[in-house]
Amino acid sequence: MTVQAWTFLFVGLTFSLYLFLAWRARVRDTQGFYVAGRGVPALANGMATAADWMSAASFLSMAGLISFLGYAGGVYLIGWTGGFVLLALLLAPYLRKCGHYTVPDFVGDRYESSAARLTALLCALFVSFCYVAGQMRGVGIVFARFLEVDVDVGVAIGMALVFVYATLGGMKGITWTQVAQYWVLIAAFVIPAVAISWQLTGEPVPQVGMGSELSSGVPVLDKLDQIHRDLGFADYTTAFVGSWDQLNVFCTAAALMVGTAGLPHVIVRFYTVKNVGAARWSGFFALFFIALLYLTAPATAAFARYYVFESLHGKTEAELPSWYRTWEQTGLVVWLDDGDGKLAYHGAAQQEQNEVFRVGALPAVEFAEIRADHATWLESGGERGSDGRAVMTAKNLSGFDADILVLATPEMAQLAAWIIALVAAGGLAAALSTASGLLLVISSSIAHDLYYRMLRPQATEAQRLRVSRTTIGLAVVVAGIFGIYPPGFVSQVVAFAFGLAASSFFPVLVLGIFGKRTSAIPAIAGMLTGITFTASYILGTVYFGWERWCFGIGPQGIGIVGMVLNFAVALVLTPLCPRPSQKARELVAMMREPEGD
Amino acid sequence: MSSSPTPTATPITTEVQRANARYWRRNLFLTLALLVGWFLAGLGCGVLFAEPLNEHRLGGFPLGFWFAQQGAIIAFVVLILIYAVVMGRLDRAHRRQVARLLAEDADASSASSATEGDA
Repeated sequence: MTVQAWTFLFVGLTFSLYLFLAWRARVRDTQGFYVAGRGVPALANGMATAADWMSAASFLSMAGLISFLGYAGGVYLIGWTGGFVLLALLLAPYLRKCGHYTVPDFVGDRYESSAARLTALLCALFVSFCYVAGQMRGVGIVFARFLEVDVDVGVAIGMALVFVYATLGGMKGITWTQVAQYWVLIAAFVIPAVAISWQLTGEPVPQVGMGSELSSGVPVLDKLDQIHRDLGFADYTTAFVGSWDQLNVFCTAAALMVGTAGLPHVIVRFYTVKNVGAARWSGFFALFFIALLYLTAPATAAFARYYVFESLHGKTEAELPSWYRTWEQTGLVVWLDDGDGKLAYHGAAQQEQNEVFRVGALPAVEFAEIRADHATWLESGGERGSDGRAVMTAKNLSGFDADILVLATPEMAQLAAWIIALVAAGGLAAALSTASGLLLVISSSIAHDLYYRMLRPQATEAQRLRVSRTTIGLAVVVAGIFGIYPPGFVSQVVAFAFGLAASSFFPVLVLGIFGKRTSAIPAIAGMLTGITFTASYILGTVYFGWERWCFGIGPQGIGIVGMVLNFAVALVLTPLCPRPSQKARELVAMMREPEGD
Repeated sequence: MSSSPTPTATPITTEVQRANARYWRRNLFLTLALLVGWFLAGLGCGVLFAEPLNEHRLGGFPLGFWFAQQGAIIAFVVLILIYAVVMGRLDRAHRRQVARLLAEDADASSASSATEGDA
């Protein structure tokens, strides 16, 4: 069977499974729709949270990023897992004890302020829409690469599927499909890693294989460091190279951690369990299941890095592997030869010898011109045309696109066709599970917080359910449109989402739980300070050419400074402002009390 | 029969409140201790001490690199596990204590009402 046939089979099977589960889990009341009736067992919630959290970015891009960054790739690993410690210890059990439906709902009730509720609501919507656009795009890319349908058609198919199971089953449907999607995505990630580790080092456990020796007797990581030095890249395992100095690694890891703990689509998952004890245990199970992928990703990254050099560097046109040809058509990797007919892949220190580039955001026409000029330049011996390599280097497009690594690694290692197809099904599961969780946050923020709590408190159960279904349906369509016409700033937008979650939600939630004295004014002032600082710094440094005036911290790490400012403003104002009302104080006291039987 | 505890500050409610306050202090202490572990494992060994740790090796890994890409994650999972287990124990101990306080109080009040009956 061909890869494509296997892919059709896997995608068809998994999609039918998701629809079947959604049909079994359809709901008739808002409690079922928003929080799955609060009856999800801790173990299942752990799996659902893991699938909810691990997005197309975790599955498709993260190992690729680590592969390029080496040591510094650890910021994503530490950041995206360390946040769960904060979430499980500081937020989840207390928020579950309060028993709300959404995060803005808690903020509004704890601080007894519609302004606070509205600020939280807008942040939740913004963060979720930023995120969901990337997921839908991921669905489209997987369809385009493996099933050879148009990216837009792929997005439309993904939309239709999410539309059916999200409107039918709400949180309940989403939860049980996420449990299934977890197993699809983890199998799709771990099986190829095991196969590759075995092939390269004879060790079936990739985490061990990464620290073992190649058949030549040299440890994998030593070999990588060696290749990197020889070809002008920074060492793979050395800490703090280039723009990733110690301060930026620290700030980025910290901002990602705090941002993770403040992401509304992850927090709401803890509302779906039976009691506080189950919320604590689902925090553990969630990180345990996430760790299975996050501990494997660095191994995949190291092996992929090795394969890239082995299969590309020094090869002639005829010797290049078939996966290179497939991906060359997408423009994610291109080769501009220096005339010797052998591909050379070099790092920044030997930039003038490098021949591997990516098209990136360049229009296809512009790249075709660069390539034609380069060919003329080669033929005329440098008299006419221009050196395409210099042009591409100047445009910052050296090296190939990190996104192809996870999808291409099984092909590099020449694994069986069914494994390659499994990876496609896994990528779809990762994107769909995260998209559905985000869409539910969008729907519940609008239907519960805006419509029911702020606009029409007298709405009946049936009306609320109808509004919820309509908004989630609309949100799917909007997300799909973002996927088909992606705003050109998706990657910066994700940094934005984490920065905002870190500088707004996290402090306001922690103070709401641990600061009995904090009332509405300090909380709102803190949130506004955090958001304004973080948003203006990110926009300024990314779009308006500001210096990185805050100790040279980059946009990805600035959320942690925003968080500190938020806490500082709120804590300074707290003693100056009136105490929270009796009702709010009782809510805090209730959260802190241990749970009865 | 006659004297059921009133909801205001009777000895038994202050006892339960004291038990609740103790529970909260223990909870805070545990949380803080685990957060120190969180900081040391992730941002400490993974980032702040990465360079000196890279001088040492763990099998085929430089140690700082291993912490940044493996060790910190394993530590995080263990920290949450400890939290769930210890808090579960704390919950059960607290529930037993409250039940004992209430039982003692019920015994005392039934004993006092019995003596009143005799007199």
